[in-house]
Amino acid sequence: MNVHEYQAKALFEKFGVPVSAGAAARTAGEIDAALARLPEGPTMVKAQIHAGGRGKGTFKDGFKGGVKFCPTKAEAREIAGRMLGNTLVTAQTGPAGRVVRALYFTEASAIKKEYYLAILLDRATSRPVIVASTEGGVEIEKVAHETPEKLHKVLVDPAYGLADFQVREIIFKLGFNPAEAKSAGKLIRSLYAMFWETDASMIEINPLITTPAGGTLALDAKVSFDDNALFRHPEILALRDLNEEDPKEVEASKAGLSYIALDGNIACLVNGAGLAMSTMDIIKHFGGNPANFLDVGGGATKEQVSAAFRIILGDPHVKGIFVNIFGGIMDCNVIALGIVEAVRETGLKMPLVVRLEGNNVVAGKKTLADSGLPITSGDSMADAAGKIVKLVA
Amino acid sequence: MSILVAPDSRIMVQGITGAFGARHAQLSLDYGTRVVAGVTPGKGGQFFEHAGHRVPIFNSVADAASATGASVSAIFVPPAFAADAILECADARLDLAVAITEGIPVRDMVRVKRAMQGSRTRLVGPNCPGIVTPGTGEGSQGGCRIGIAPGYIHRKGHVGVVSRSGTLTYEAVFQLTTRNIGQSTCVGIGGDPVNGTSHLDVIKLFNDDPDTVGMVVIGEIGGTAEVEAARWIKQNCRKPVAGFIAGSTAPAGRRMGHAGAIVGGTEDTAAAKIAVFRECGIEVAETPSDMADALIRAAKARGVTLS
Repeated sequence: MNVHEYQAKALFEKFGVPVSAGAAARTAGEIDAALARLPEGPTMVKAQIHAGGRGKGTFKDGFKGGVKFCPTKAEAREIAGRMLGNTLVTAQTGPAGRVVRALYFTEASAIKKEYYLAILLDRATSRPVIVASTEGGVEIEKVAHETPEKLHKVLVDPAYGLADFQVREIIFKLGFNPAEAKSAGKLIRSLYAMFWETDASMIEINPLITTPAGGTLALDAKVSFDDNALFRHPEILALRDLNEEDPKEVEASKAGLSYIALDGNIACLVNGAGLAMSTMDIIKHFGGNPANFLDVGGGATKEQVSAAFRIILGDPHVKGIFVNIFGGIMDCNVIALGIVEAVRETGLKMPLVVRLEGNNVVAGKKTLADSGLPITSGDSMADAAGKIVKLVA
Repeated sequence: MSILVAPDSRIMVQGITGAFGARHAQLSLDYGTRVVAGVTPGKGGQFFEHAGHRVPIFNSVADAASATGASVSAIFVPPAFAADAILECADARLDLAVAITEGIPVRDMVRVKRAMQGSRTRLVGPNCPGIVTPGTGEGSQGGCRIGIAPGYIHRKGHVGVVSRSGTLTYEAVFQLTTRNIGQSTCVGIGGDPVNGTSHLDVIKLFNDDPDTVGMVVIGEIGGTAEVEAARWIKQNCRKPVAGFIAGSTAPAGRRMGHAGAIVGGTEDTAAAKIAVFRECGIEVAETPSDMADALIRAAKARGVTLS
């Protein structure tokens, strides 16, 4: 689960990670009150959406930049009026963009130098890794690719936690002076405590800055949390913003389905994540384009199949459906009955290819054939994928 | 022969009185697997009864192990308590803990994995379909089935299968069985970012198993475990290997169902992994329908008989 920058910064403050003074506004009426909490002078206005590239983004009305420096609070007030409720398109939002429903004002901090700092899971060692670089404020993928020697990694032993020598190692690698080092040491320790205690999946500060006064500050904050651990962090679950999620994905998760919208026109309905991914792949292999990832789970029920059809048909780009079920334990006939019912309920008009295999498959195929509905049967995954691609083309 | 478990392995089921654990304990008993104990704290002394079987239930893994000689556990405990259930297996010095549970917090698994360093207990999973060593009976009955895989699709034989995904494994096994190619053991290692046994761990076991003559290695986007496995195969494995990687069409940055199936950078894409597979002499299945045929091609090229 992702959170907004202003929410992440509030958590930073709670854990003692220094940030610039800031205040959020979610309605036009809140703008003045938010600004009143900041000192007079240069102010940043930051559009709050769950997507990167905000600074280089463009609003749908042509206004440029979702992150703006304003010399005065009066100017910040005016800029805020143009951003709030407007739709921001960035490299990460797709052409539809995202409606800006919250703004974050911060005191514009004087910057001496920008750095990069992140904590995430290192999958190869199954340990948290702290990634730090002197190259802040730029795309870290680019640094990793072009100058990997400028990326420093410290693996943390989960049995001991972050050790002091490791904090010093990061500080020396980043070349902080003694005053900065003191502030940075506290920041790194606090950030690790937050990562561990909140079950974060990733915390990224880009840029982390040093100030002329000798301090360090987190200028930006990108934080995501482990969905599997949210049950023990109700205060973090409360930060979830459903406006930032695809409504179809939200509906799917309520029905116990895993759904991700893509930009093709052949919808998939599959049991199991691996099989669902490969079903998308095989559609592409035969020249088609998958409209979604949809995993109904290893033991799908009739109700789930019915919910899956509703979600799939909510996507206006869908021109055909490919159902691929390997019924290991579950009964293929139960799935077939669910498909027949869903087709009748929705009055399906578009091509539907069903590939059933596994437990009680003969009865399942008979149910489909006897339904009198225009359902095409596929034998193998390849056979079925070939058929749906042809029917939709 | 087989790896990890044999038809005579003695199995306990943690969470045997929950709906999920009970259902699959029944299916394993039907398959002929020696489920000899159940563990549910607070229900020690009761029995799990099914089709003439009367499986004793214990309060702890240690009690179950010492009373019944079970050395392998199938874990069906809910996610919030699963890490503890795994550690209990390590404490009781079992040979193997197979965690079926999906949705265990990553931090719990990070701690468990660290705590199990140096332990004699091997962990398979979590978030995995489990392990099947097929038997000689009809529909491969009489084998050892741990977890949630359909037993009847298997056939006793000499091909090893290792995969992160459940249904994709069943797909591969089904293709093999319908071509009369049996399996020595099929291992689901799970779709989580932190798991116990890796692709490479299983591949090494298959390589050392005289009864396994070839393998199917199924991977997906996310992490670099498949790459590490492929490089080892190139250096050390003379047995024919077929490979498939799921997720060529997955968008970057999105988790595709499995917690671990996410493209983070250029290294963990399907395209990158497939390229390494090819470079390492693994016969890549073009589509998931091609997995068994890919192994047949690889075996032919090395002059190996699979069945």
